[in-house]
Amino acid sequence: MLKKLTLATATAFALTGGAAFAAGEGGHITDYGFSFEGPFGTYDEAQLQRGLQVYTEVCSACHGMKFVPLRTLGNEGGPNLPDDQVRAYAEFWEVYDPEIDDWRTARPTDHFPPSSMETAPDLSLMAKARAGFHGPYGTGLSQLFNGIGGAEYIASLLTSYNGEEMEQAGTILYGNDAFPGGWISMAPPIDDGWVEFADGSPNDAEAIAQDVAAFLMWAAEPKMMARKQAGLTAVLFLTVLTVLLYLTNKKLWAPVKDRAKKADHPAE
Amino acid sequence: MSGIPHDHYEPKTDAEKWLDRRLPIVGLLHSTLTIPTPRNLNWMWIWGIVLTFCLVLQIITGIVLVMHYTPDASMAFASVEHIMRNVNGGHMLRYLHANGASLFFVAVYLHIFRGLFYGSYKSPREVTWIIGMLIYLLMMGTAFMGYVLPWGQMSFWGATVITGLFGAIPFVGESIQTWLLGGPAVDNATLTRFFSLHYLFPFIIAGLVVVHIWAFHTTGNNNPTGVEVRRGSKEEAEKDTLPFWPYFVIKDLFALALIMVIFFAVVGFMPNYLGHPDNYIEANSLATPAYIVPEWYFLPFYAILRAFDAEVWVVQIVSFLSFGIIDAKFFGVLAMFGAIAVMALAPWLDTSSVRSGRYRPMFKWWFYLLLVDFMVLMWVGAMPAEGIYPYIALLGSAYWFAYFLVILPLLGVIEKPLQPVATIEDDFNAHYGKDDAADRGTVATPAE
Repeated sequence: MLKKLTLATATAFALTGGAAFAAGEGGHITDYGFSFEGPFGTYDEAQLQRGLQVYTEVCSACHGMKFVPLRTLGNEGGPNLPDDQVRAYAEFWEVYDPEIDDWRTARPTDHFPPSSMETAPDLSLMAKARAGFHGPYGTGLSQLFNGIGGAEYIASLLTSYNGEEMEQAGTILYGNDAFPGGWISMAPPIDDGWVEFADGSPNDAEAIAQDVAAFLMWAAEPKMMARKQAGLTAVLFLTVLTVLLYLTNKKLWAPVKDRAKKADHPAE
Repeated sequence: MSGIPHDHYEPKTDAEKWLDRRLPIVGLLHSTLTIPTPRNLNWMWIWGIVLTFCLVLQIITGIVLVMHYTPDASMAFASVEHIMRNVNGGHMLRYLHANGASLFFVAVYLHIFRGLFYGSYKSPREVTWIIGMLIYLLMMGTAFMGYVLPWGQMSFWGATVITGLFGAIPFVGESIQTWLLGGPAVDNATLTRFFSLHYLFPFIIAGLVVVHIWAFHTTGNNNPTGVEVRRGSKEEAEKDTLPFWPYFVIKDLFALALIMVIFFAVVGFMPNYLGHPDNYIEANSLATPAYIVPEWYFLPFYAILRAFDAEVWVVQIVSFLSFGIIDAKFFGVLAMFGAIAVMALAPWLDTSSVRSGRYRPMFKWWFYLLLVDFMVLMWVGAMPAEGIYPYIALLGSAYWFAYFLVILPLLGVIEKPLQPVATIEDDFNAHYGKDDAADRGTVATPAE
């Protein structure tokens, strides 16, 4: 009985763990299918590169990514740009250098610039700092099966403007069905065809939103692919170790259990 | 070391004798590893080794993380991102450390409830139990301070709420709070002292773990029957026990390996599941998160803390009787620490003459209800304190206290326990004999 309860308890521990996110109501989040979902999911290099383009042409007007080094754009398991492209991309930015107390052209070793607008949050970790899925009833089950949903939240937010506007204390707020509370101060940033992709990928608003959401997921979790690889290797090797230890244990205890059997049935 | 009769280490060679006269360390290791262990221990007795592993894992990953972390309010958050992005294997180290804390608490709760069910806290193991409770308290302090170090929003506001609890102590509370924080509010001084103590506490825990093991090696392990090992002679004792090495070491390692499979799957595939997204936002003293939720392992006690608000009549009576000195906030703090204190007092609150829950027909159900209660409190601790949730929390808290303060003392008087088996040997033999009988029952061979 206690053994069964232990299992139930352990499961319930896992479930209520997610309950930490349960509190807080959000808007409607679409469960987009991203390539990086699940234990074997990987980033789609081409999608990350398109997302980088969206970030550069649209988001970066107001937002920054101060924790992301530009050089990591060349990393495997990321956008994987060739070295010359990383260098060329870095030159696109101006950064403030405290050593010369002046602005200069960015180098790959620099980070993306911070937000240029005070009210625009930094996007480095945005895909991990928001949860798209909650509950139900504080159980955390939704996140267990769908993931935490940061990228889904971003993609949904970008495509959930309902066209309403209102003014509050001198700021214009825009109606957004994905944003908690329903009103966001960010103007609709994208629409169909606002970004042209060199590879001719679809550029309707939903495609653009998913591309940039995938890119921001990479920006927040650049080592995801290495992590899953390490996790898989560990799980496989530990499974082998578990089987070996199981057999060792069985063999070790066999004579003891055998004697116990005989002791309990002395007549045999 | 153990009171159970067993073979002792005899130095044989001259070199061994030379060392043994000066430092009997080989003998100590020998008697620790070969300690007679009840042969009927079930799978609930594996959590000790899991916990030891967790402590070692946390200390090792922690020491390496410290090499790259900067305990400064203006740089802490960025230094964690540095670990996640630039340090070789840094992301794995940090996820191992963060999820290692969760594994630590899963294991400690199962370990504690194991003790509560099988009466491991009862005489003569009270000291083992009390030291265990001290370790658990230190673990909570360590985990709490560790959660502050990344300096995210939940770090900051969690620290604000929890240190605020001390501010609720009458008369001296505010001074204590300021002393803990190193200033009027959570700031750099708080971060640096939490960092220092987060590094120190695990080593105190390690010391207490040694004492914990020393204590139960003196009394001998409890076991699922709660019946003591026979100590009349070495031969008799050997019928009830097996040496820790290799029988239980291999068994425990098998269990540990299985748990590691699950642990590494969590770390590799869903490392942020047990965390809170808000902690990926840098601490901001001007923006309070909508809901401040502690880590999952604190939730049951957080629920008890919040359950006693000014609406509860017990709180109102206590407040009235104490001339308002004990207000709702302080009552909640007392209840939270009291919930752990009553658990620590279990050896003296349980009046039953029988040790193991296996032979206690009424106790069993109250105990299972306590497990459910713990889960409910954990769930309700994560819900907002509005609507029906405060009532559920209050009910759950009431049962927690009732279990220890009313049910445990009463059961010993009104319950008629079953007759435990005479010896551990009988239990072990019956268990494996029964399996055998069941096998023969299902495979009815005509050849017989």
